[in-house]
Parts: sequence; C-alpha cells; structure tokens
Amino acid sequence: MTLSLRGVGYRYAGAERPALLDVDLDLGDGEVVGIAGASEAGKTTLCLVVAGIAPRTVGGRIRGTISLDGERIDAWPIHRLGERIGIGFQNPASQLSQVAGTVFEEVAFGPMNLGIAREEIVERSWTALEALRIDALAERDPVRLSGGQQQLVAIAGLLAMRPAHLVLDEPTAQLDPAGTRLVADAIGRLAADGASILVAEQKTDLLATITSRMVVLESGRIALAGRSAEVLADPRLAELGVAEPSAVRLRRLATAAGLDPAPLEEAVGA
Amino acid sequence: MPDLDVRGLAHVYREGGVRALDGVDLWIAAGERVGIVGQNGSGKTTLVRHLNGLLRPTEGRVTIDGTDASGLMVAELASRVGLVFQDPDRQIFASSVRAEVEFGPRNLGQRGTGLADSVRRALEATGLAGEERSNPYDLGYSRRKLLALASVLAMRTPVLVLDEPTTGQDARGVDRVRRIVAALADEGRTVITISHDMRFVAETCERVIVMRGGRVVLDGTPAEAFAREAWETLRSTYLEPPLAARVGQRLGLGSTPTDAQLIEAMRGGRVHR
Repeated sequence: MTLSLRGVGYRYAGAERPALLDVDLDLGDGEVVGIAGASEAGKTTLCLVVAGIAPRTVGGRIRGTISLDGERIDAWPIHRLGERIGIGFQNPASQLSQVAGTVFEEVAFGPMNLGIAREEIVERSWTALEALRIDALAERDPVRLSGGQQQLVAIAGLLAMRPAHLVLDEPTAQLDPAGTRLVADAIGRLAADGASILVAEQKTDLLATITSRMVVLESGRIALAGRSAEVLADPRLAELGVAEPSAVRLRRLATAAGLDPAPLEEAVGA
Repeated sequence: MPDLDVRGLAHVYREGGVRALDGVDLWIAAGERVGIVGQNGSGKTTLVRHLNGLLRPTEGRVTIDGTDASGLMVAELASRVGLVFQDPDRQIFASSVRAEVEFGPRNLGQRGTGLADSVRRALEATGLAGEERSNPYDLGYSRRKLLALASVLAMRTPVLVLDEPTTGQDARGVDRVRRIVAALADEGRTVITISHDMRFVAETCERVIVMRGGRVVLDGTPAEAFAREAWETLRSTYLEPPLAARVGQRLGLGSTPTDAQLIEAMRGGRVHR
C-alpha cells in the first residue's frame, strides 16, 4: 500500500498564509520516512494532513490529492481513515482517551474499536506494553504518569492497533535515551512487518538511524528530499534550522581544522 | 550569591509511596553550571523541586546560603531560586506574553523602569521581543517553552533551575538556550540544568551529576563523567556519552566530551592509527 501526496497545500482556518504548499510525498510498505525542519516549518501540519485530521477535525482548506494505492481518499470520513492510518500527537497527554482508568485499558482502547476478538486485543495490548517496557505500569492511572511515561503509553496504544500506516509527531520528545531507543526499535519492528511510518523529529541522530528517506520543510514547502544519508549531509541543513547529526558535524569540524577525517570516520563507524 | 547545600535528602511521594529520592548529598557553589542527567524517574525533577520549596523533604534538609529552606517562606525561596518547568503549559497562565513575563518579577517587588528593563531583557534573550501582546497560546510549543524561560529570567534570581530546556527546540532554539546559560554564568549566577541531551550538558556545564534510583551515582567534570572509567555507571542508567567522547576514546585521545575538545586533541597530533 502506498500513501501518496501530490501538490498538497493546506491553510488553517483564518490563517493569512498557507501552512503547507506543493507537498509531494510517497510512503510505501515497510518504509520509515523522516520529516525535519525548524520550529513552525510545517512538520506538525504535515503529520495532521497525512493522517487526515486536517482538515476533517481541525477545519481549514486543503488542495492537491491524497491517495492510497491510487484511490483518492480525500472524501473518506475520519473513522474509515483511522482504521488505516494511525497518528501519535506531539503532546502525549492530548492522545489519551480520557475514558480509560488504567494504562492497560488505555492501550486496549484503540484495538477495541477495530472490532477484533477479545483475546487478540488482550494479546496485542500486552505485546505493545512489553515492547516499550511499561508492562509494570499496566494498572496505573494514565493521567497521573509523567510526560515520558504518557508518551510511551500513547505509542503502545498505536502499536496495538497495528496500523498499515503510522504518523508520529516527535514521538521521543519527552523520552530519555533508553525510552528513545525502545521507540526506535518498535518503529523498526513495525516497519519490518510491512507498515509504513512517517516520523517528524528534531533529533537528527535518531532520523539518521531509523529512516531511509527524508524531507526537510521550510515555511511549509519541501526544501530538501531524498535518501536520509544525503539529506543529513546537505550543507543547507543549518540554514534550514535543522541540527546536523553528530557524525556529520564532527567530520565537518575535523575537515575545517585541516585534519584528515579518515581516522575520525573509522572511529565513528566503529 | 548563595551556595546550595543538600544533606541526606529523601522524598517519598504520598501517592504510591514511591521513594523518589533516597539520600542525596550535594553541595553546589554559587556560580556553578551544573547538569543533572539520568533516566526518567531517577529523581532529577524531585530533587530540583526541593531547591525552591515546591516539595518538602521527607528526610534530610536543603540549606540555601546557610538558611534551612524549610524555614523560608515560598516568596523568599522564589526570590533566590527560579525554576523553569519541563512542560511550559503547567507554568503559563497569563493572557499576554508581557503579563506572563511581568508576573514573577512584580511579585518579587520589581516596579517601574527596573521591571520594564527585566522584562525587555528576558524577551530579547529568548527571541520573543515583539510578541509582548501575543496570547501565549498562539505561540508554538517551542516558543511557549522559551516564554516560560523568559518569565523566570525576568525574576533575576541568583539561582536558575532549567528542567529539560531543549526538548521541542530546533537547532536555533537549542543554540539560544546555550547562549542564555552562558550569559547567566557570565553574570555569576548558578545554573542547574536537567537534560537528556548529553552533548548539550557536556558543552554547557562544568559539572555533571548522574542520578539513578533517587541517588547520585556520579559527580564530576564532563571530562570525568564521560571518561571511559564512567561508562559502566552511565550504561547502568541507560545513558551514552556524547559521540565526541566515544570517538576520542577509540582514537586513544583520552576523555574528549565536547567536539571542540576532540578536535583540539586530534590537532595535537595524538591520533595513533
């Protein structure tokens, strides 16, 4: 299944300028694609548009076409879209259902709405909780967890849905390095099972390891697109407000200091 | 300028009975730039909330400049230790950027041109000059975080505690926070930063405190905290030294926690292939 955006533009209700312009993007089976860009460059908006939340839930006006395997989905209602495309919001607290009394119920809430057998819901929920090592929190009240724990709970809920397409808006923003690694591994496993995943992130070291392709947004337009290794080595990254990955930065600094980058490259790769 | 002295500090949260701090001893000299790192739940936030009286010790005590913090009024503590929350939305409440930034210093008795000057400088440092009339909730998340920082900067407290100041910031925002910490240090103020970003900590702090399970397990300069001998301890709390430190070690250059130190060591020609 390939999710395709062609010439997509989007303007929030009442906004003077469009938040997205002329965006082309393809998301194929088993692919992890990254979105980078400065704050307010359009990363969150692109996530909302791909997941269909914008304009369906937040209003505003959209142009261009979005299709799933060639079939236009512009007119699909949100519940039909939601069965195919999952989204993880930037603020995990806004993701919580507000009806679940425990973390387990919270994670099971999504799959419960998919009309699958009860045993499978239970099995999927435990698998997701264990994958993110939050099974010990199963009986806790999700509202009373820390921001990082809520982020893991929100992602576990998405994993339990086993969506064909998943959109994640800064999924590791609140997480410590260990939590970040667990989420990176979970994204990798989901993609290996054939899901396609679009992930917006500020952490370029993370994008370098989990994505194969990337786009960099600037004022709502795609400024750079291509294979992640090439995009992340592009000298225009700094002026686009995107941090260079650590390895790229070290190589640049060594070269600028007139040093032979070869031993550095070897040590970085080791 | 006050020294902070933490002795035998323990804290048990009433809900769940979790012992979030389990005997912390720490002395922070006036003007130090301290980074606190550790996993979520290791006690970092609980520790710093004792420094400005948001939490009271279950055991032990916190002394600020020789005075037991539990004997100080909240307002007295607020004038000494400013705390910027990790989540700006738990801090921001006013309906305009100016009102938000004025609130703290006004409560501390600043008025007139002194107050206006504090507000202007805080907004300039955070890149929010020109947004005085904006509603905080019309700003994006990264700028709301900078607003929360501005409202504490304007209080001009001798000690500042920043809880995860760089999350949600893009490259420019991180640079901005880095410059703010440096400027505060130049003024001789104490800056305590909680962060998961090891590179940021190595570059902006002169002392790194590693916490695990409510205790301090490592306390030293970045060169010490990220040296080979400390890696096992770091790994035990799922932390990894910055790339520059790992590369320096592999190249046999000793402990080089920052890019600048690594390049300097390589320039010294001590790279043995």
